[in-house]
Amino acid sequence: MTDALLSIRDLSIAYDVAGRDVLAVSHAGFDVPQGSIVGLVGESGCGKTTMARALTRVIADNARIAGGQMHFDGQDLAQLSESRMNAMRWRDIAFIPQSAMNSLDPVYRVEYQIAEVLRDRGGYGRKDARRRAEELFEMVGIDAGRLRDFPHQFSGGMRQRAAIALALALEPKLVVADEPVTALDVIIQRQILDQLRSLQQELGLSVIMVTHDISVVAYTCDRTVVMYAGKVVEDCDTATLLNEPLHPYTMGLKNAFPDLRSAGTGVLTPIAGSPPDLVNPPSGCRFAARCPFATDHCRAVEPPLMEDQPGHNVACHRAHEAAELRARAAEPETWGMSA
Amino acid sequence: MSETMIELQEARLHYKIGNAVSAMMGLPSTVKAVDGVSFTLKRGESVGLLGESGCGKTSLGRVLVRLEEITEGSARFDGEEIKELKGADLQRFRGRSQMIFQNPFDAVNPRYAIRRTLEEPLANAGIPRAEWRDRVIGALELVGLGDPERFLDRFPHQLSGGQLQRVVMARALILEPDFVVADEPVSMLDVSVRAGVLNVFRDVRDRLGLTAIYISHDLALVRYVCERTIVMYLGRIMEDGPTEDIVRDPLHPYSQALVAAVPTPNVAQSHDPLPIGGGAPDPRNPPSGCVFRDRCPRAEARCAEEIPQPRQIGSRLVACHFAAT
Repeated sequence: MTDALLSIRDLSIAYDVAGRDVLAVSHAGFDVPQGSIVGLVGESGCGKTTMARALTRVIADNARIAGGQMHFDGQDLAQLSESRMNAMRWRDIAFIPQSAMNSLDPVYRVEYQIAEVLRDRGGYGRKDARRRAEELFEMVGIDAGRLRDFPHQFSGGMRQRAAIALALALEPKLVVADEPVTALDVIIQRQILDQLRSLQQELGLSVIMVTHDISVVAYTCDRTVVMYAGKVVEDCDTATLLNEPLHPYTMGLKNAFPDLRSAGTGVLTPIAGSPPDLVNPPSGCRFAARCPFATDHCRAVEPPLMEDQPGHNVACHRAHEAAELRARAAEPETWGMSA
Repeated sequence: MSETMIELQEARLHYKIGNAVSAMMGLPSTVKAVDGVSFTLKRGESVGLLGESGCGKTSLGRVLVRLEEITEGSARFDGEEIKELKGADLQRFRGRSQMIFQNPFDAVNPRYAIRRTLEEPLANAGIPRAEWRDRVIGALELVGLGDPERFLDRFPHQLSGGQLQRVVMARALILEPDFVVADEPVSMLDVSVRAGVLNVFRDVRDRLGLTAIYISHDLALVRYVCERTIVMYLGRIMEDGPTEDIVRDPLHPYSQALVAAVPTPNVAQSHDPLPIGGGAPDPRNPPSGCVFRDRCPRAEARCAEEIPQPRQIGSRLVACHFAAT
């Protein structure tokens, strides 16, 4: 794709666990089109946070990029020298960490922390930094008078907004947000998502939003990438993903969510079992052990991620039967629940 | 046996804050976590306590299992004033009224094997040791942990979040309580396992005929578990009625905002701006009159002067001067 700001291809990230390589992300790939919000969803341990962090190359000490490319704006982030990468952080790619609420330093005033980024990274002078900080606060809807506050004087929602302001300080092209609303109340959650969305449109940003919440993706994201056990299993525009999922895991995730606008409450259907141990990943499809539609072929041969429909990628041997599988996936008995 | 299990009348829980110096400076000396709450819960009835952080929902839940004591008003459990219970009565109450905590990893001792975690309440309640094993196995089976033997000698870190939350649930149920308070029991869990834990909770509650309170800020979850919902804001009840009615047609402006704010797993959903802005105000300094008025799109002068008393509107009690069907 030519209009992609970011193209990840065949990316693998290995953790050194007691001398053995464990692939938290395994040959994964997806695109982030210019000016869009892409959701990265999956269960804990599926590799979504590791993948997001790899984009700024801030990963754990025992982790390394074991292969693949991350093409961003004409460069491969996986190959950049540390000094070149460092020059891109904040300026080209900004990261909002998980529980950004707690990522502000409690002993410095918020203004100082924003000014630090502006001065050290953006070459701003003191006065300009101050003006920019005020501008940023207004942008995210906090009164500029609160810049002199310490983080503890902020509510959770304000801290989250401040973290967004910080990420936007140097007008990056790409913002990676890791669970930006997970710890927040519903009303604040909605306000933050609205804010992020309108800033994204105003500034023409591209955003990767890591989350485990399908409702958040449905509300916010243009495209959605579903990860399972270190692999991308499905990737397409959000409406198609939710209405006509091709992968049984995506179908299962949808069943597990309560929908407040639905007529009745029905029964939520969990996906039984848990993800495989990545120290000894199974041969074949990694979801096979929990998949109600798995065949011997699924257990033996790993399905590659393929473009099934234009712009709709899926890694499932039975994707061509998806319409029939969707109908069966809607029945709780399919997932081992008694009616 | 009386029909009423829980009865609150003008219950208040005011925490003292600050010190002599702050008092001299005229700063507020109390936080009104629960401020004049009244409702009753029939035997076998479930209610969801819905509201944002700081609205007093958890404090109220803790009062009902006597982890906190109210400072004014009355809170009765099966006809008895909870804070007056002493000695053997209190001991009996402890077995009958149980809490399921939000974060399973904080709610169990990491150095206790699951067996010991579950045996502890039995020991405290003076259950004969000969019965322990059957009770432990039975409780684990009750919460859907099949083949329970394999969990007995495991430690919390060896269990997934979903499994551990079931253990916490088993511990709350092992003394066969009449009443449980579940405080956001799935908020720390991964989405794919949430459904399983919610289903177990619903199922066990119905099978044992438990009276239950389910605390959450997410109406979609409350709706899945409870037929009745109480919406709280800054220590007070804003609306109380059948969950389906509140979801379909919320009457209080605050309930309306809560309903509008819940995202759905569906791309065809409203992106209209919320009717209210900001976050809840400082609970040390709540607004005069209606506590919700400074965020309320309908607030008028009267709201600053007069605390709206709960009024019956159709199926519901609503504390708003202007709400109408």
